Amino acid sequence: MTASVDTDIIAVAREQVLERGEGLSQEQLLQVLKLGDDRLAELLQLAHEVRMRWCGPEVEVEGIVSLKTGGCPEDCHFCSQSGRFPSPVRSAWLDIPGLVRSARETRATGATEFCIVAAVRGPDARLLSQVREGIKAIREDGNDIQIACSLGMLTQEQVDELVAMGVHRYNHNLETARSHFPNVVTTHTWEERWETLRMVREAGMEVCCGGIIGMGETVEQRAEFAAQLAELGPDECTMNFLIPQPGTPYEQYEVVEGRDALRTVAAFRLAMPRPLLRFSGGRELTFGDLGTKQGMLGGINAIIVGNYLTNLGRPAAQDLEMLDELKMPVKALNQTL
Amino acid sequence: MDVNAEFCARCGTAAAEGDHAHCAVMLASIDPPRFCVECGRRMVVQVTPAGWVANCSRHGERTSTSPSVG
Repeated sequence: MTASVDTDIIAVAREQVLERGEGLSQEQLLQVLKLGDDRLAELLQLAHEVRMRWCGPEVEVEGIVSLKTGGCPEDCHFCSQSGRFPSPVRSAWLDIPGLVRSARETRATGATEFCIVAAVRGPDARLLSQVREGIKAIREDGNDIQIACSLGMLTQEQVDELVAMGVHRYNHNLETARSHFPNVVTTHTWEERWETLRMVREAGMEVCCGGIIGMGETVEQRAEFAAQLAELGPDECTMNFLIPQPGTPYEQYEVVEGRDALRTVAAFRLAMPRPLLRFSGGRELTFGDLGTKQGMLGGINAIIVGNYLTNLGRPAAQDLEMLDELKMPVKALNQTL
Repeated sequence: MDVNAEFCARCGTAAAEGDHAHCAVMLASIDPPRFCVECGRRMVVQVTPAGWVANCSRHGERTSTSPSVG
Protein backbone atom coordinates (compact mmCIF):
# COMPACT_ATOMS: atom_id res chain seq x y z
CA MET A 1 0.00 0.00 0.00
CA THR A 2 1.45 3.37 -0.98
CA ALA A 3 1.20 6.47 1.19
CA SER A 4 -1.21 9.07 -0.16
CA VAL A 5 0.36 12.29 -1.34
CA ASP A 6 -1.54 15.43 -0.37
CA THR A 7 -1.74 17.69 -3.39
CA ASP A 8 -3.77 20.48 -1.81
CA ILE A 9 -1.41 23.44 -1.92
CA ILE A 10 -2.32 24.73 1.54
CA ALA A 11 -1.69 21.30 3.05
CA VAL A 12 1.57 21.06 1.13
CA ALA A 13 2.61 24.53 2.29
CA ARG A 14 1.77 23.64 5.88
CA GLU A 15 4.24 20.78 5.74
CA GLN A 16 6.88 22.43 3.57
CA VAL A 17 6.92 26.03 4.80
CA LEU A 18 5.48 25.93 8.30
CA GLU A 19 7.09 22.71 9.46
CA ARG A 20 10.34 22.68 7.47
CA GLY A 21 10.85 26.39 6.77
CA GLU A 22 11.31 25.85 3.04
CA GLY A 23 9.70 28.46 0.79
CA LEU A 24 7.33 27.45 -1.98
CA SER A 25 8.58 27.14 -5.55
CA GLN A 26 7.34 29.35 -8.40
CA GLU A 27 4.90 26.66 -9.55
CA GLN A 28 3.58 26.21 -6.03
CA LEU A 29 3.22 29.96 -5.58
CA LEU A 30 1.13 30.12 -8.73
CA GLN A 31 -1.22 27.55 -7.21
CA VAL A 32 -1.49 29.73 -4.10
CA LEU A 33 -2.22 32.83 -6.14
CA LYS A 34 -4.95 30.95 -8.01
CA LEU A 35 -6.75 29.81 -4.86
CA GLY A 36 -10.38 30.92 -4.70
CA ASP A 37 -11.72 33.51 -2.30
CA ASP A 38 -13.28 30.66 -0.32
CA ARG A 39 -9.76 29.57 0.70
CA LEU A 40 -8.43 33.05 1.49
CA ALA A 41 -9.03 32.97 5.26
CA GLU A 42 -7.33 29.58 5.49
CA LEU A 43 -4.40 30.86 3.42
CA LEU A 44 -3.94 33.99 5.54
CA GLN A 45 -4.09 31.90 8.71
CA LEU A 46 -1.30 29.67 7.42
CA ALA A 47 0.81 32.67 6.36
CA HIS A 48 0.35 34.13 9.84
CA GLU A 49 1.40 30.86 11.46
CA VAL A 50 4.49 30.78 9.23
CA ARG A 51 5.38 34.34 10.21
CA MET A 52 4.91 33.57 13.92
CA ARG A 53 6.90 30.35 13.68
CA TRP A 54 9.88 31.64 11.70
CA CYS A 55 9.93 35.37 12.57
CA GLY A 56 8.18 35.67 15.92
CA PRO A 57 5.52 38.14 17.04
CA GLU A 58 7.56 41.36 16.85
CA VAL A 59 6.90 43.96 14.18
CA GLU A 60 9.71 46.09 12.82
CA VAL A 61 8.71 49.73 12.40
CA GLU A 62 10.44 52.06 9.98
CA GLY A 63 10.06 55.63 8.81
CA ILE A 64 11.22 57.03 5.47
CA VAL A 65 11.93 60.42 4.02
CA SER A 66 12.79 61.77 0.61
CA LEU A 67 16.11 63.60 0.69
CA LYS A 68 16.03 64.45 -3.00
CA THR A 69 12.60 64.51 -4.61
CA GLY A 70 11.71 64.52 -8.31
CA GLY A 71 13.75 65.15 -11.42
CA CYS A 72 14.87 61.53 -11.76
CA PRO A 73 16.29 60.69 -15.21
CA GLU A 74 14.87 57.16 -15.19
CA ASP A 75 11.50 56.21 -16.66
CA CYS A 76 10.01 53.89 -14.05
CA HIS A 77 6.42 54.05 -15.26
CA PHE A 78 4.87 53.96 -11.78
CA CYS A 79 6.85 56.87 -10.42
CA SER A 80 5.72 60.47 -10.03
CA GLN A 81 9.35 61.48 -9.49
CA SER A 82 10.51 60.68 -13.00
CA GLY A 83 11.51 63.84 -14.84
CA ARG A 84 10.20 62.24 -18.03
CA PHE A 85 6.51 62.39 -17.13
CA PRO A 86 4.23 65.41 -16.62
CA SER A 87 3.65 64.67 -12.95
CA PRO A 88 2.79 67.50 -10.55
CA VAL A 89 5.76 66.60 -8.34
CA ARG A 90 8.42 69.32 -8.44
CA SER A 91 12.07 68.79 -7.56
CA ALA A 92 13.08 69.48 -3.97
CA TRP A 93 16.02 68.86 -1.65
CA LEU A 94 15.54 68.36 2.06
CA ASP A 95 18.11 70.29 4.10
CA ILE A 96 20.10 68.74 6.96
CA PRO A 97 17.98 70.25 9.77
CA GLY A 98 14.89 68.87 8.01
CA LEU A 99 16.51 65.45 7.77
CA VAL A 100 17.41 65.51 11.47
CA ARG A 101 13.84 66.52 12.37
CA SER A 102 12.45 63.71 10.23
CA ALA A 103 14.73 61.16 11.91
CA ARG A 104 13.67 62.50 15.31
CA GLU A 105 9.97 62.27 14.42
CA THR A 106 10.53 58.71 13.25
CA ARG A 107 12.45 57.66 16.39
CA ALA A 108 9.66 59.12 18.54
CA THR A 109 7.25 56.53 17.14
CA GLY A 110 9.44 53.72 18.46
CA ALA A 111 10.72 52.94 14.98
CA THR A 112 14.11 51.27 14.79
CA GLU A 113 14.91 52.10 11.18
CA PHE A 114 15.01 55.38 9.28
CA CYS A 115 15.46 55.21 5.53
CA ILE A 116 16.92 58.11 3.57
CA VAL A 117 15.72 57.98 -0.03
CA ALA A 118 16.68 59.89 -3.17
CA ALA A 119 15.07 59.84 -6.61
CA VAL A 120 18.17 59.26 -8.70
CA ARG A 121 19.63 56.69 -11.08
CA GLY A 122 22.52 56.46 -8.65
CA PRO A 123 24.16 58.83 -6.19
CA ASP A 124 26.68 61.48 -7.23
CA ALA A 125 29.30 63.08 -4.97
CA ARG A 126 26.90 65.84 -3.86
CA LEU A 127 24.23 63.39 -2.80
CA LEU A 128 26.66 61.13 -0.96
CA SER A 129 28.09 64.16 0.80
CA GLN A 130 24.58 65.19 1.88
CA VAL A 131 23.91 61.67 3.17
CA ARG A 132 27.21 61.65 5.07
CA GLU A 133 26.51 65.04 6.65
CA GLY A 134 22.93 64.00 7.39
CA ILE A 135 23.91 60.83 9.20
CA LYS A 136 26.53 62.74 11.20
CA ALA A 137 23.92 65.34 12.19
CA ILE A 138 21.37 62.67 13.15
CA ARG A 139 23.94 61.07 15.46
CA GLU A 140 24.95 64.44 16.92
CA ASP A 141 21.26 64.94 17.69
CA GLY A 142 21.54 61.91 19.99
CA ASN A 143 19.41 59.74 17.74
CA ASP A 144 20.47 56.08 17.81
CA ILE A 145 18.03 54.87 15.16
CA GLN A 146 19.45 52.53 12.52
CA ILE A 147 19.97 54.23 9.19
CA ALA A 148 19.00 52.72 5.87
CA CYS A 149 19.47 54.28 2.45
CA SER A 150 17.83 53.97 -0.92
CA LEU A 151 19.85 55.88 -3.49
CA GLY A 152 19.50 53.85 -6.67
CA MET A 153 22.21 51.87 -8.39
CA LEU A 154 25.65 51.89 -6.82
CA THR A 155 29.25 51.36 -7.83
CA GLN A 156 31.48 49.25 -5.61
CA GLU A 157 33.18 52.41 -4.37
CA GLN A 158 29.82 53.90 -3.36
CA VAL A 159 28.82 50.68 -1.60
CA ASP A 160 32.02 50.88 0.40
CA GLU A 161 31.40 54.55 1.22
CA LEU A 162 27.93 53.77 2.58
CA VAL A 163 29.35 50.97 4.73
CA ALA A 164 31.92 53.43 6.10
CA MET A 165 29.12 55.88 6.95
CA GLY A 166 27.49 53.19 9.09
CA VAL A 167 24.50 52.57 6.83
CA HIS A 168 22.81 49.51 8.23
CA ARG A 169 20.59 48.41 5.37
CA TYR A 170 20.27 49.30 1.70
CA ASN A 171 16.96 49.30 -0.13
CA HIS A 172 16.89 48.68 -3.84
CA ASN A 173 13.74 47.16 -5.24
CA LEU A 174 13.64 44.81 -8.19
CA GLU A 175 10.08 46.19 -8.56
CA THR A 176 8.56 43.33 -10.53
CA ALA A 177 9.25 40.02 -12.22
CA ARG A 178 12.25 39.92 -14.48
CA SER A 179 10.02 39.05 -17.46
CA HIS A 180 7.81 42.10 -16.82
CA PHE A 181 10.52 44.62 -15.96
CA PRO A 182 11.09 45.89 -19.55
CA ASN A 183 7.41 46.93 -19.61
CA VAL A 184 7.94 49.03 -16.48
CA VAL A 185 11.42 50.52 -16.95
CA THR A 186 13.39 51.00 -20.17
CA THR A 187 16.30 53.17 -19.00
CA HIS A 188 18.05 50.43 -17.06
CA THR A 189 17.76 46.69 -16.63
CA TRP A 190 16.63 44.31 -13.93
CA GLU A 191 20.10 42.80 -14.04
CA GLU A 192 21.72 46.17 -13.20
CA ARG A 193 19.54 46.33 -10.10
CA TRP A 194 20.48 42.77 -9.17
CA GLU A 195 24.18 43.67 -9.47
CA THR A 196 23.80 46.51 -6.94
CA LEU A 197 22.07 44.12 -4.55
CA ARG A 198 24.90 41.61 -4.94
CA MET A 199 27.50 44.24 -4.03
CA VAL A 200 25.44 45.45 -1.07
CA ARG A 201 25.16 41.92 0.29
CA GLU A 202 28.85 41.16 -0.18
CA ALA A 203 29.79 44.39 1.59
CA GLY A 204 27.88 43.31 4.68
CA MET A 205 24.91 45.66 4.57
CA GLU A 206 21.49 44.15 5.07
CA VAL A 207 19.56 43.83 1.82
CA CYS A 208 16.06 45.26 1.51
CA CYS A 209 14.40 44.41 -1.78
CA GLY A 210 10.84 44.12 -2.94
CA GLY A 211 8.59 45.79 -5.42
CA ILE A 212 5.18 47.01 -6.43
CA ILE A 213 2.14 44.84 -6.99
CA GLY A 214 -0.44 45.97 -9.55
CA MET A 215 1.67 47.20 -12.47
CA GLY A 216 -0.05 45.08 -15.09
CA GLU A 217 1.81 41.90 -14.23
CA THR A 218 0.04 38.59 -14.71
CA VAL A 219 -0.59 36.23 -11.84
CA GLU A 220 2.16 34.04 -13.30
CA GLN A 221 4.53 37.01 -13.10
CA ARG A 222 3.60 37.63 -9.47
CA ALA A 223 4.61 34.05 -8.74
CA GLU A 224 7.78 34.55 -10.78
CA PHE A 225 8.62 37.72 -8.86
CA ALA A 226 8.12 36.12 -5.45
CA ALA A 227 10.34 33.21 -6.49
CA GLN A 228 13.03 35.56 -7.78
CA LEU A 229 13.00 37.52 -4.53
CA ALA A 230 13.27 34.26 -2.60
CA GLU A 231 16.31 33.38 -4.72
CA LEU A 232 17.86 36.74 -3.82
CA GLY A 233 17.25 36.01 -0.14
CA PRO A 234 16.71 39.56 1.18
CA ASP A 235 16.79 40.41 4.87
CA GLU A 236 13.70 42.49 4.22
CA CYS A 237 11.16 42.40 1.43
CA THR A 238 9.12 45.52 0.95
CA MET A 239 5.62 45.12 -0.50
CA ASN A 240 4.18 48.17 -2.22
CA PHE A 241 0.85 48.33 -4.02
CA LEU A 242 0.50 50.65 -6.97
CA ILE A 243 -0.87 54.10 -6.31
CA PRO A 244 -1.77 55.30 -9.83
CA GLN A 245 0.10 58.59 -9.93
CA PRO A 246 -1.22 61.54 -11.94
CA GLY A 247 0.86 62.22 -15.04
CA THR A 248 2.55 58.82 -15.14
CA PRO A 249 1.92 56.08 -17.73
CA TYR A 250 0.12 54.11 -15.01
CA GLU A 251 -2.23 56.92 -14.08
CA GLN A 252 -5.29 54.99 -15.29
CA TYR A 253 -4.40 51.65 -13.71
CA GLU A 254 -6.88 50.23 -11.23
CA VAL A 255 -5.86 49.86 -7.60
CA VAL A 256 -5.29 46.16 -6.82
CA GLU A 257 -8.40 44.48 -5.47
CA GLY A 258 -8.11 43.88 -1.71
CA ARG A 259 -8.52 40.09 -1.75
CA ASP A 260 -5.94 39.74 -4.54
CA ALA A 261 -3.58 41.91 -2.55
CA LEU A 262 -4.06 39.78 0.58
CA ARG A 263 -3.52 36.59 -1.43
CA THR A 264 -0.29 38.11 -2.74
CA VAL A 265 0.91 39.03 0.75
CA ALA A 266 0.31 35.47 1.91
CA ALA A 267 2.05 34.06 -1.17
CA PHE A 268 5.12 36.22 -0.55
CA ARG A 269 5.29 34.97 3.03
CA LEU A 270 5.04 31.38 1.82
CA ALA A 271 7.84 32.11 -0.66
CA MET A 272 10.03 33.67 2.05
CA PRO A 273 9.32 32.33 5.55
CA ARG A 274 12.08 34.24 7.37
CA PRO A 275 12.68 37.81 6.06
CA LEU A 276 10.94 40.91 7.27
CA LEU A 277 7.91 41.36 5.01
CA ARG A 278 7.13 45.04 5.12
CA PHE A 279 3.79 46.69 4.39
CA SER A 280 4.76 49.77 2.39
CA GLY A 281 3.34 52.30 -0.05
CA GLY A 282 -0.20 51.91 -1.27
CA ARG A 283 -1.43 49.86 1.67
CA GLU A 284 -3.82 52.59 2.79
CA LEU A 285 -5.47 52.82 -0.62
CA THR A 286 -5.46 49.10 -1.40
CA PHE A 287 -6.38 47.62 1.96
CA GLY A 288 -8.09 50.28 4.06
CA ASP A 289 -8.16 49.85 7.83
CA LEU A 290 -9.68 46.38 7.89
CA GLY A 291 -7.44 45.05 5.13
CA THR A 292 -4.37 46.42 6.87
CA LYS A 293 -5.25 44.35 9.95
CA GLN A 294 -5.88 41.31 7.78
CA GLY A 295 -2.48 41.80 6.16
CA MET A 296 -0.82 42.01 9.55
CA LEU A 297 -2.56 38.73 10.35
CA GLY A 298 -1.60 37.26 6.98
CA GLY A 299 2.18 37.21 6.96
CA ILE A 300 3.34 40.81 7.36
CA ASN A 301 5.79 41.54 10.19
CA ALA A 302 7.10 45.03 9.38
CA ILE A 303 5.53 48.35 8.45
CA ILE A 304 6.43 51.82 7.34
CA VAL A 305 4.74 54.29 9.66
CA GLY A 306 3.87 57.88 8.91
CA ASN A 307 4.15 59.34 5.43
CA TYR A 308 5.90 58.00 2.36
CA LEU A 309 8.12 59.82 -0.13
CA THR A 310 5.50 61.82 -2.00
CA ASN A 311 2.27 60.41 -0.57
CA LEU A 312 0.75 60.53 2.87
CA GLY A 313 0.20 57.50 5.08
CA ARG A 314 -1.93 56.92 8.14
CA PRO A 315 -0.80 58.78 11.23
CA ALA A 316 1.86 56.68 12.99
CA ALA A 317 -0.19 56.63 16.21
CA GLN A 318 -3.02 54.86 14.39
CA ASP A 319 -0.72 52.06 13.24
CA LEU A 320 0.85 51.72 16.67
CA GLU A 321 -2.62 51.43 18.22
CA MET A 322 -3.45 48.72 15.69
CA LEU A 323 -0.31 46.77 16.63
CA ASP A 324 -1.19 47.09 20.29
CA GLU A 325 -4.70 45.84 19.59
CA LEU A 326 -3.28 42.88 17.63
CA LYS A 327 -0.85 42.18 20.50
CA MET A 328 2.11 42.53 18.18
CA PRO A 329 5.02 44.14 20.04
CA VAL A 330 7.19 46.67 18.23
CA LYS A 331 10.70 45.31 17.80
CA ALA A 332 13.16 47.09 20.06
CA LEU A 333 16.23 48.85 18.74
CA ASN A 334 18.71 46.52 20.46
CA GLN A 335 17.34 43.46 18.71
CA THR A 336 19.02 42.33 15.53
CA LEU A 337 17.83 40.08 12.75
CA MET B 1 -11.43 71.11 -0.54
CA ASP B 2 -11.27 74.59 0.95
CA VAL B 3 -14.60 76.23 0.03
CA ASN B 4 -12.76 79.48 -0.74
CA ALA B 5 -10.23 77.83 -3.03
CA GLU B 6 -9.83 79.27 -6.52
CA PHE B 7 -7.92 76.22 -7.72
CA CYS B 8 -7.87 72.54 -6.86
CA ALA B 9 -4.83 71.69 -4.74
CA ARG B 10 -4.51 68.29 -6.38
CA CYS B 11 -5.02 68.85 -10.10
CA GLY B 12 -4.49 72.61 -10.31
CA THR B 13 -7.54 73.36 -12.42
CA ALA B 14 -10.21 75.90 -11.48
CA ALA B 15 -12.09 74.72 -8.43
CA ALA B 16 -15.41 75.93 -9.85
CA GLU B 17 -15.00 73.94 -13.06
CA GLY B 18 -15.22 70.19 -13.41
CA ASP B 19 -15.69 67.55 -10.79
CA HIS B 20 -13.11 67.50 -8.01
CA ALA B 21 -14.79 64.88 -5.85
CA HIS B 22 -12.00 62.35 -6.49
CA CYS B 23 -9.37 65.02 -5.84
CA ALA B 24 -11.02 65.78 -2.50
CA VAL B 25 -10.97 62.12 -1.51
CA MET B 26 -7.30 61.80 -2.44
CA LEU B 27 -6.36 65.02 -0.64
CA ALA B 28 -8.12 63.76 2.46
CA SER B 29 -6.26 60.47 2.40
CA ILE B 30 -2.96 60.10 0.58
CA ASP B 31 -2.10 63.17 -1.52
CA PRO B 32 -0.46 66.34 -0.22
CA PRO B 33 -1.48 69.51 -2.06
CA ARG B 34 0.51 70.01 -5.26
CA PHE B 35 -1.00 73.27 -6.56
CA CYS B 36 -1.55 76.60 -4.86
CA VAL B 37 -5.25 77.06 -4.14
CA GLU B 38 -4.90 80.81 -4.71
CA CYS B 39 -3.15 80.90 -8.09
CA GLY B 40 -2.95 77.31 -9.34
CA ARG B 41 0.85 77.34 -9.54
CA ARG B 42 2.63 74.03 -9.05
CA MET B 43 4.25 74.09 -5.62
CA VAL B 44 7.49 72.61 -4.29
CA VAL B 45 6.32 70.03 -1.76
CA GLN B 46 8.36 68.22 0.85
CA VAL B 47 6.69 65.28 2.55
CA THR B 48 8.17 64.31 5.93
CA PRO B 49 7.30 61.37 8.18
CA ALA B 50 4.81 63.47 10.16
CA GLY B 51 3.61 66.11 7.70
CA TRP B 52 4.31 68.17 4.60
CA VAL B 53 5.45 71.63 3.60
CA ALA B 54 4.33 73.21 0.31
CA ASN B 55 5.82 76.37 -1.16
CA CYS B 56 4.19 78.57 -3.78
CA SER B 57 6.58 81.02 -5.45
CA ARG B 58 3.85 83.70 -5.25
CA HIS B 59 1.88 82.88 -2.10
CA GLY B 60 4.46 81.40 0.24
CA GLU B 61 4.47 78.40 2.50
CA ARG B 62 1.66 76.19 3.69
CA THR B 63 2.13 73.21 5.96
CA SER B 64 0.10 70.24 7.14
CA THR B 65 -0.56 72.19 10.32
CA SER B 66 -1.86 75.27 8.47
CA PRO B 67 -5.60 75.91 8.44
CA SER B 68 -7.35 75.63 5.05
CA VAL B 69 -4.64 73.62 3.40
CA GLY B 70 -6.52 72.66 0.33
